[in-house]
Amino acid sequence: MFEYSMAEIGNIVVMQAFSGLSLFSVLLLMALGLAIIFGQMGVINMAHGEFMAIGAYTTVFLSRVAETYGIVNYYFLFAIVAAFIIAFIIGYIIEFALIRHLYKRPLDTLLATWGLSLVMQQIFRSTFGAKEVSAVLPEWLMGSFQPTPDIDIPINGVFVLALALVVTAGVYIFMFRSRWGLRVRATVQNRVMAGAVGINTKKVDRVTFALGCGIAGVAGAAFTTIASTGPTTGSLYIVDSFMVVVFGGAASILGTIASAFGIAQAQSILQFFMTSSMGKVATLMVIVGILMMRPEGLFASKVRK
Amino acid sequence: MNETLSKILGGKQGAIGLAILAAFIMIVLPLGLDPFRLGLIGKYLTYAFVAVSLVLLWGNGGILSLGQGIFFGLGGYGMAMFLKLEASDPVSTAIQSTPGIPDFMDWNQLTALPWFWEPFKSLPLTILAILVVPTIFAFLIGYAMFKRRVGGVYFAIITQAIALILSILIVGQQGYTGGVNGITDLKTLLGWDIRSDSAKYVLYYVNAGLLIACILLSRYVLSSKFGMLLLAMRDKEERVRFSGYDVSNFKIFIFCLAAMISAIGGAMFTLQVGFMSPTFIGIVPSIEMVIFAAVGGRMSLIGAVYGTLLVNFGKTMFSETYPELWLFLMGGLFIAVVMFFPNGIAGIYEKYAKKVPFLRKLSEETPKAKKAEAIPAAPVETKEAGVKA
Repeated sequence: MFEYSMAEIGNIVVMQAFSGLSLFSVLLLMALGLAIIFGQMGVINMAHGEFMAIGAYTTVFLSRVAETYGIVNYYFLFAIVAAFIIAFIIGYIIEFALIRHLYKRPLDTLLATWGLSLVMQQIFRSTFGAKEVSAVLPEWLMGSFQPTPDIDIPINGVFVLALALVVTAGVYIFMFRSRWGLRVRATVQNRVMAGAVGINTKKVDRVTFALGCGIAGVAGAAFTTIASTGPTTGSLYIVDSFMVVVFGGAASILGTIASAFGIAQAQSILQFFMTSSMGKVATLMVIVGILMMRPEGLFASKVRK
Repeated sequence: MNETLSKILGGKQGAIGLAILAAFIMIVLPLGLDPFRLGLIGKYLTYAFVAVSLVLLWGNGGILSLGQGIFFGLGGYGMAMFLKLEASDPVSTAIQSTPGIPDFMDWNQLTALPWFWEPFKSLPLTILAILVVPTIFAFLIGYAMFKRRVGGVYFAIITQAIALILSILIVGQQGYTGGVNGITDLKTLLGWDIRSDSAKYVLYYVNAGLLIACILLSRYVLSSKFGMLLLAMRDKEERVRFSGYDVSNFKIFIFCLAAMISAIGGAMFTLQVGFMSPTFIGIVPSIEMVIFAAVGGRMSLIGAVYGTLLVNFGKTMFSETYPELWLFLMGGLFIAVVMFFPNGIAGIYEKYAKKVPFLRKLSEETPKAKKAEAIPAAPVETKEAGVKA
């Protein structure tokens, strides 16, 4: 690390920090969905990464369609919505068929959703092939802008970051400022009482789960702008996303944002100065270490259990 | 003494079940299969150690560890390091720039053996390390987590993350660990060729014997008062705690025991298969081992062995002919076992065996079934139990 001058190190840190922001955006979008499902409902969804892949494949598919009709410049915003809707619908069906039978057995949910993730990976492989595919990006997403000659910031990264922030704001408004969010929180806090005051708790469960899956779909759409998608793409992010949620303190949106930021930045900056695998090891070890000291995560909700 | 023996064997029914299992893996399979297939069975039986450990930990203790591959891997790597050092004597590695160190170290420009490889020059120290290192590691994890009352899904996620860390670490540190290929080309154990057919048979029987011994040990643990407390903790942890027991100590103990059993399996794996690689440590193998136990029946030590054999046999069968179908089946198996057969093969057996008159008679005679109803919770016994753990 000593062969660089101070100015170069400064530039590297800025650029790595920015590539960390792209990772942060994807992790945040993944973790938001998980935070809703795991934090609010206590369900471990190991297939969450595959819902992200659904979003990514939807985007890739739509980009192919858009290419044939020559409307590449306009499809992307539509693809984000489509990714959300498709992942939402599949999540809704999965909750109905599988998850709702297992609410009393969280460890079993974990195993069942792992099985689901295997099945989904194989479906992706059979449908889209084992090779990684990438979406054709609209022109306005490509290229980069340079605030100084040595710093290069890609536009797609900025876009993904903006998308992540918009979705986060949307989740916040949904959970804490809407009637639906009120029902979700009431159900989490006291299911029986929530039922007694007329909330359809089963429907709340279903919509909450589907919403989490839908957000994972948006994460997938965002993911296509920075990397290509393969059948096992989702599984690469699942442990990281769980660490984000647990580290941030389940059920806390602020905690999720903070820990996604911390984890993404640490990984991205360490990866430059160490090898990429050691950067990841160091980051995960620190998180596990902190979680052992402070199991409730960074921002624990102050509720007596 | 006689009572202890009957406890270990699990009464008449338990003894018969165990005898059938022993006869199956020690007589029927070796007679019926050629050495190659028997080698595969030997490999599967090493996974059965992990499945047995998960029956203790998950079925009876309610603690789901998604990181049993860590301990399997630590045991396997311990044995592999010893065998590798034996295979890399200065004569056979004379073409390397530094003779006498394992080949992958030479490829990675290491010129001396790293310090943590030194103990693995001696077999007694290696065996000690195989048993002790995973146990200490499990103790550290268990102490940090159970003392802070971390359990359930949090424990599962964190053990999974540790499995991921360890596998990335091993892949990343190629010079010290052999990287993604693992430690390969293991030929002899104290000069004895482990690749010959006769050695394979010997190792198979050693492995089967150790597996039966681990099942007996687990039976003993489960039939003791500790086993009762374990079940009680799984179902009503708070109540056990309020009765004056230190729940975390029991959990740490069972986690350590499970780690040690898994590590024995790992060491036997290396001996029989002749290599060890990080692919047996990470997330996927660790969670697959859970499904072995789940298919066999999460409460049944013997069922776990059958479950392991069945799933792996299916995996080999299908991945030879229809590799695409296998992931569907495996995924479907996870879902189906959890949704429809939470007690696995053992549960199906329990349910339908009662319809056969002879078997019903047997299960009614089991003393364990009667004992399970009375859970001792007298505060006088607390001290004694605490010391035991």
